Amino acid sequence: MAEKELKKEKIGRQPMPEQKPEIRRRNFDEVPLGYTPELAMKEAERCLQCKKPSCMEGCPVSVEIPAFIQLVKQGEFTKAARKIWERNALPAVCGRVCPQEAQCEGQCIVGKKDQPVAIGNLERFVADYERANGKGELPPKAAPTGKRVAVVGSGPSGLTVAGDLILKGHDVTIFEAFHKPGGVLVYGIPEFRLPKEIVYSEVHFLERLGAKLQCNTVVGKTVSMEELFRQGFDAVYVGVGAGLPSFLNIPGENLIGIYSANEYLTRSNLMKAYLFPEYDTPIAIGKDVVVLGAGNVAMDAARTAMRLGADRVRIVYRRSKDEMPARAAEIHHAGEEGIEFFLLTAPTRFIGDEKGRVRGMECLKMELGEPDSSGRRRPVPIEGSKFQMDCDLAVIAVGAGANPLLTGSTPELKLNKRGYIIAEPATGKTAMKGVWAGGDIVTGQATVILAMGAGRMASDSIHQYLTWGW
Amino acid sequence: MFEILKRQEMADGTVVLNEISAPLIAKNAKPGQFVILKANETGERIPLTMADTDPKKGTVTIIYQVVGKSTALFKSLNVGERYQDVIGPLGKPTHVEKLGTVVCVGGGTGVAVMHPITRALKEAGNRVIAIIGARTKDLLILEDKMKAASHELHVCTDDGSYGHHGFVTDVLKEALNKEDVKLVVGIGPVPMMKFVSKMTAEYKVKTLVSLNAVMVDGTGMCGCCRVSVGGKTQFACVDGPEFDGHMVDFDELSQRLQSYKEEEARAFASYLKMCKAGQ
Repeated sequence: MAEKELKKEKIGRQPMPEQKPEIRRRNFDEVPLGYTPELAMKEAERCLQCKKPSCMEGCPVSVEIPAFIQLVKQGEFTKAARKIWERNALPAVCGRVCPQEAQCEGQCIVGKKDQPVAIGNLERFVADYERANGKGELPPKAAPTGKRVAVVGSGPSGLTVAGDLILKGHDVTIFEAFHKPGGVLVYGIPEFRLPKEIVYSEVHFLERLGAKLQCNTVVGKTVSMEELFRQGFDAVYVGVGAGLPSFLNIPGENLIGIYSANEYLTRSNLMKAYLFPEYDTPIAIGKDVVVLGAGNVAMDAARTAMRLGADRVRIVYRRSKDEMPARAAEIHHAGEEGIEFFLLTAPTRFIGDEKGRVRGMECLKMELGEPDSSGRRRPVPIEGSKFQMDCDLAVIAVGAGANPLLTGSTPELKLNKRGYIIAEPATGKTAMKGVWAGGDIVTGQATVILAMGAGRMASDSIHQYLTWGW
Repeated sequence: MFEILKRQEMADGTVVLNEISAPLIAKNAKPGQFVILKANETGERIPLTMADTDPKKGTVTIIYQVVGKSTALFKSLNVGERYQDVIGPLGKPTHVEKLGTVVCVGGGTGVAVMHPITRALKEAGNRVIAIIGARTKDLLILEDKMKAASHELHVCTDDGSYGHHGFVTDVLKEALNKEDVKLVVGIGPVPMMKFVSKMTAEYKVKTLVSLNAVMVDGTGMCGCCRVSVGGKTQFACVDGPEFDGHMVDFDELSQRLQSYKEEEARAFASYLKMCKAGQ
C-alpha cells in the first residue's frame, strides 16, 4: 500500500507532444499533437478523485471532471465522452482553447504542491478519441416538447444553448450570418490552434441531435427579431458576439496593408487565404509585420503572419510584459516561433508611400504610471522619445466592440452605453419578452468558456420559461 | 436555394445578369442595398448591389461586369446552377423622399445599381432626369429600363458612338444650369463619382454616391471596406454604401481598391489557364 502511494506520487504531469517551433512556425498544422491513450490513462491516474472537487467549481459549465477522468483511467473513453457531453457540447474545442490555468486546472488540489492534473488535455483527448474511433452513438434526448427556440449566432455561447435545449426536447434552429458556423471558432482562432474540421464536426454532432442550422442569415437584416416570433419561435437566444473591430484612430490608418485583426484572421481562417490561389480570397504577405496589441488575438495574428512567410514579426504593445492580457502559453508559443516583443511603445501615426501602402509607424516610448480603472499601470509617453519603426504590414488587435447590426434594428432590447445588451447576470434574460442574450454581446470581449457558461445559464432559464412559463 | 433562374449577357458578354432565387432577401430588400455572393467552396465573398428584386417570385437580380476570377466564375454558372452562398440584404437602403427635380447619373455597370433607385425616386413623386454613360455604344446597359424609370433620359458615350459624345458630367452641368436640382445621385466608377461630386459641390447640390469598397463579411465585422467621409472612418458595408459625395475621400478609396491588384491578376491568369486546359 505504502509502496503504491509512493509510486503514484512519482507520476508528473504528462506533457503534450507538440510540433517543433522551427517546423511549425511555417505551417498551419495544429501545434500540440494530443495524448496517446497510454499518456491519457497515465495522466488520469494523477487525479485524486476529490469528494468535493474544486476543479468543477472552476469550470463555467460544471463538467463532472473527476467522473470523466475516472473513466479515462479505466480506458472507457466513449463513456468519458458521454460524461462530458452531459454538460458540454464542445469538448474538443474547450480542451484546446480554454484558459484552464484560470479555470478548472487553477482550482485543482494537485496543483497546490505539484502541477495540476491536465484536465484540458484529457478533455481534448477524450473528444478526439471519440471522433476518430467512436461509433457515433448519441446521448439520450428528452421527448419533444413542441417548443421552438431560435439561436442567433453560432459561436460558443449559441452552440452551447443549442446543444443543451435540443437534449431537453426543444426544437432548435441556429441562425448564422456567415456561410459557415462556429463564430470566432472559425473566423478568429487559427487552424494551428483549433482545426476547423473539429468545429464543423462538433456542429455536425448538434445537427445529428436534431438542431437545424441556417447559415447566410443576418438576423436584423435577412430576417428581423419580430419575424422570428411571427414564424412561431417561442424563445430567442442572442449570442452574436462582439464583432466590431476597434481601430487606433491615428492618422494613416486607412493605408493599404493595415488590417484589423478581425479582417486579417477572417481572411486567413474562414476564407482560407493562406491557401491562395487554391482558394480565391487574397491576403497581403508582409515581410516586416507589426501587430498592435498583446491579447490572444494579437498572438494569433502574429503567429499567422509568421506562417504566411514574414521575415520578422513584432508585437508592439504600449505597456510591459507583465500587463500583456494574452495567456502565458500563447505568449510562450509565439516567442518560441520567433515573434519579437516590442514593449512600452505606442504608434502615433502610420507612414505610407506614394501608392498608399504602409511603410512604417511613428511611435513614442512609454513608461508606466499609476494604475488606471482596469487596475493595470497606465502607460505614459516619454517626452522627446519619438522614433520611427519600419513595417510593410500592420495588424491592429486592440479589441472589439458591440456590432449594432442586430441591436440597432431591435429597439426593444435595452443596451448599455457601450452598446452591449443588458441581461440579467444569473439568467441571461433581456428587457424583451422571450429573448435571452449571453456571451460577448453582453459582457464585451471575453473568453470562449465564459461565453459557453453564459449560454448554459441562459439555456436553463429558457427551459424553465418554456416548461413553466417564467 | 440560390438557384439561377435567369441569365442574360449584355454589353458584348462583358456584363452578365443573374436572377437568383433568394426569397428571404427578396422579401426584405430595398433599393440601394447589396448582397454578398460566393460561388463555391473555394470562392471568395463578393459584394454586389442589387439591380432588382421580386418579392413575389422570391428573386434578386444582380448585374456584374466580368473583371477578374470571381466574376468570370459567376459568368460560368448557367441557369439551374447555384451560388453556394448569397447573404443580404446588407447596407442601408437609399433614403427616398419627394424633393422635386432629381438627377440620377449612372456609369458603366453602375447603371444597374442606379436603376432601382431611379425607379423609387420617380415613384416617390420626383421629376427624374437620368444620365447614363458607357465607354462605347456596345457597352451601354439598361437603356430601356432607365427610360421607363425616369422622365428624361440622356445617354453619353466616351467615343461618341451613341448619344452625347463625352462624359456624363457634361450633361449633368447642363441640367444643373437649367434646372432647380434638389438632389444628384451618382453611381459608377470612382473617377466618375468623384467628378460628379466635384461639379455638384460648385452648385451646392446635395449628392449621394454608392461606394464599391473591397469587402469581406459585409456586416461590419472587419473594417476592410473602411472609407474616409468628412475626415471620419466609416464602414461602407454598414454605414453605407451610400454617402454624401461632397464628404468622401475618393483618392483614398481609389488607392484602397488597388490593394490586391497583383493577387487579382494572378488569380485571374491561373483561372483562364485552367479554363483553357479544360477545353
